Parts: sequence; C-alpha cells; structure tokens
Amino acid sequence: MKPGAVASGTLESLISALLRGGISISLALIVAGTAVSFIHHPDYASSVAALARLTRPGMAPHDLREVAAGIAGFRGQALVMLGLLVLMATPVVRVATSLVVFARSRDRAFVLLTSTVLVLLLLSLALGRAGG
Amino acid sequence: MTPLEFTLLVFAVSLAAGFFGSLLGLGGGIIVIPALTFLFHVDLRYAIGASIVSVIATSSGAAAAYVRERMANLRVAMFLETATASGALTGAFLAGILGGRWLTLAFGSAVMLSAVGMIRGREWRPGASPARDAWADHLRLHGSYHDGALGQEVAYRVYGTRWGLLLMYVAGAVSGLLGIGAGALKVPAMDLAMRLPIKASSATSNLMIGVTAAASAGVYFARGDIDPFVTAPVACGVVLGALAGSRLLPRLRSKALRLVFVALLLWIGLQMILKAMR
Repeated sequence: MKPGAVASGTLESLISALLRGGISISLALIVAGTAVSFIHHPDYASSVAALARLTRPGMAPHDLREVAAGIAGFRGQALVMLGLLVLMATPVVRVATSLVVFARSRDRAFVLLTSTVLVLLLLSLALGRAGG
Repeated sequence: MTPLEFTLLVFAVSLAAGFFGSLLGLGGGIIVIPALTFLFHVDLRYAIGASIVSVIATSSGAAAAYVRERMANLRVAMFLETATASGALTGAFLAGILGGRWLTLAFGSAVMLSAVGMIRGREWRPGASPARDAWADHLRLHGSYHDGALGQEVAYRVYGTRWGLLLMYVAGAVSGLLGIGAGALKVPAMDLAMRLPIKASSATSNLMIGVTAAASAGVYFARGDIDPFVTAPVACGVVLGALAGSRLLPRLRSKALRLVFVALLLWIGLQMILKAMR
C-alpha cells in the first residue's frame, strides 16, 4: 500500500467529524443565546422600537474581552457571539488538524503546503487586526 | 417589524441561501446581502459581516458531508488554498489602493467570462485528454466519488495545476478585496482549467470558501461589523440549509447543475457590471 493511503481515509472522517462538531457547538450556543435574549426581553416579541435599537450601527462587540464580560453577565447576545466565534474558528482548526495528520503520515509535500496555508491565514488575521 | 419577526424571517431566507450555496459551491452572500439590506433595511456593514459568517456556515455545513463522501477533494483543496490564501493577503494590501468601482467591474467581467467559458464547455473525449500533469501525479490529486444520479463511481484525473493555482490566486485576491468567498470564480477555475467534474468542483469550492472567509471574518469582527442579533438567524438558517443541500447534490444530474450554475454566473456578472456602471 502507498504511504498516506490509509491516513487519507482517516483524514476525511476526522475532518468531517470536526466540521460537524464545530457547527453543532456553534448552533447550540447561538440558539441558547437567542432564547436567553428573548426571555430577558419579552418586548422583543411586540416592540418595533426594539428592532431599531438592536440593529443600530455601532452595537456589535469588537473584541474578545467584551464578549467574555457579556458571558459573565449571562447576556444572550454574548452567548450568540461566542457561538459565531466558534463557527469562524472551525475552518482554521480544520487546516491545523490536517497539518497534524499529514505530519503523522509523513506526507512531506502536504505538510509544506498545509503549513504555508496556516501561516498565511494567521498572517492575514494579524495584519487585519493591525489595519482594521 | 418586531425582533421576533425579524429573526424568523431572516432565518427562512437564510435556509434558502444555505441550500443553494451548498449545491453551487458559493457562500450564499449573493442572497444574504441584498435580502438584509433591501428587505430588512439592515446597515450595509452588518449585512456584509453577516454574509462573511454565512460563507463559513455554508462551507462547514456542506463540507461535513462532502468530505466524508469524498465528493470534495481534500488534497486539491489544500493544494489550491496556498494560492487563495496568498491571493487574499495581496487583496487586503491592494484594498486601499484600488477603487471599488473598477474592482466590481473586474469581478463582474471575470464572472461573465467564466460563464461563457462554461457554456462553450468541454466534452469528455477519451482520446482527446490533455497531457498528464506532473504536479497532479506527484501530489496524488486525482480522485473519485460516487455519483448517485448515475449510480456508479466516477473516477477523474486532475490537469492544469499551474493554471489552477494562478486562477485561485486571482480568486483569493478578489475575495480579499471585496470581502466575499469568491466561489463564483473558484468553481469555474476547477471546472475549466483543472477539469474536475462539476460536482467535485462545487463540493471542493464549498470546503475552500470557509478558509478564505475565516481569514477576513477576524478582521470584520475586530471592526465591529458582526452583529450577533443580525447574524444569529443567518448562521442557523444557512447551516441547516447547507446540510439539506449537501444531501441532495450527489443525486443531482451534473448537466442540470452546470446549467443552473452558468445561469447564476451570468446573473451575478450582469449585476456587478451594472453596479459598477451606475
């Protein structure tokens, strides 16, 4: 059997499980957060003014500290944001996981390719943070 | 409209966006952005932030199934992601230099050209296959998948890896510049240059757009463009829609899928060009 042939099947089931795990955790957090919001604010079901308030520009959280503080205060929207962050991190974790599997199966070319992608991803995140 | 009605209606629209996005290898931003801004009067920045999240949601939701069924070619995706990621980085640098109007026009024209290329098409003639691609052989990029419509395994070889890399670099630059997944350019690149079957192209594009979008999503979050209230129903709807779509894709006929994709490309291209002309 060719080297990497076994690992390739493993990689596929691993990635598939990882993606499913990521979306399940994220969806659970988003649904729970939305439920908490609607329970805390019964007027969300009746008030038109509440929608304008919620979608006003400049309301969204900017950094992780803000989100963490919201979760400590059991704010529904902070739970939703945590769920969205899990969703956003899933593809990056997917690339990192592939790197580990390629390294284990000694697939040198793909270790090189995958680490390049990972470095570029982290670089664009870092640059974006500095520029944005 | 109350917050409850908003959440339910946006969820319904996003279900459709995820469903079609997962079939066509696109993020669904084409449906999400206009719906949020025109129908629900959401601020454009929040709409774009929600669209970036919807690209990731479509990608993860659909690719979970596509990777397991080997519909998405994981090795081709990893190979091409080096080009899209470096393109995206270039795009982020160029964003301050290039004007939005020229960019939109360029993207629109590129999409139209891809559509024309896909209409003229390529027939599968066993005798007329192109020269073997050394990189594709060396990196073992060739693949196979089970086609539910044909009821058989479809094996395919990958060609044109250099063209593929170049086109993916351009697609990456476009997504870095415009903040989109650019699946509309990724699918034609795999279909025309690398000769992947349309289903494999669409599924592999689905896997790839998540990584491209994740790089930009961090930036949008830091800018405060991702509003949890607006994005929550989008993310949930799109994920569930994509899960449903990814069950249907293996059973669709490739010819029909290609036709719908070309029609959509013409529509997107026209929209973009009109927007740039205005």
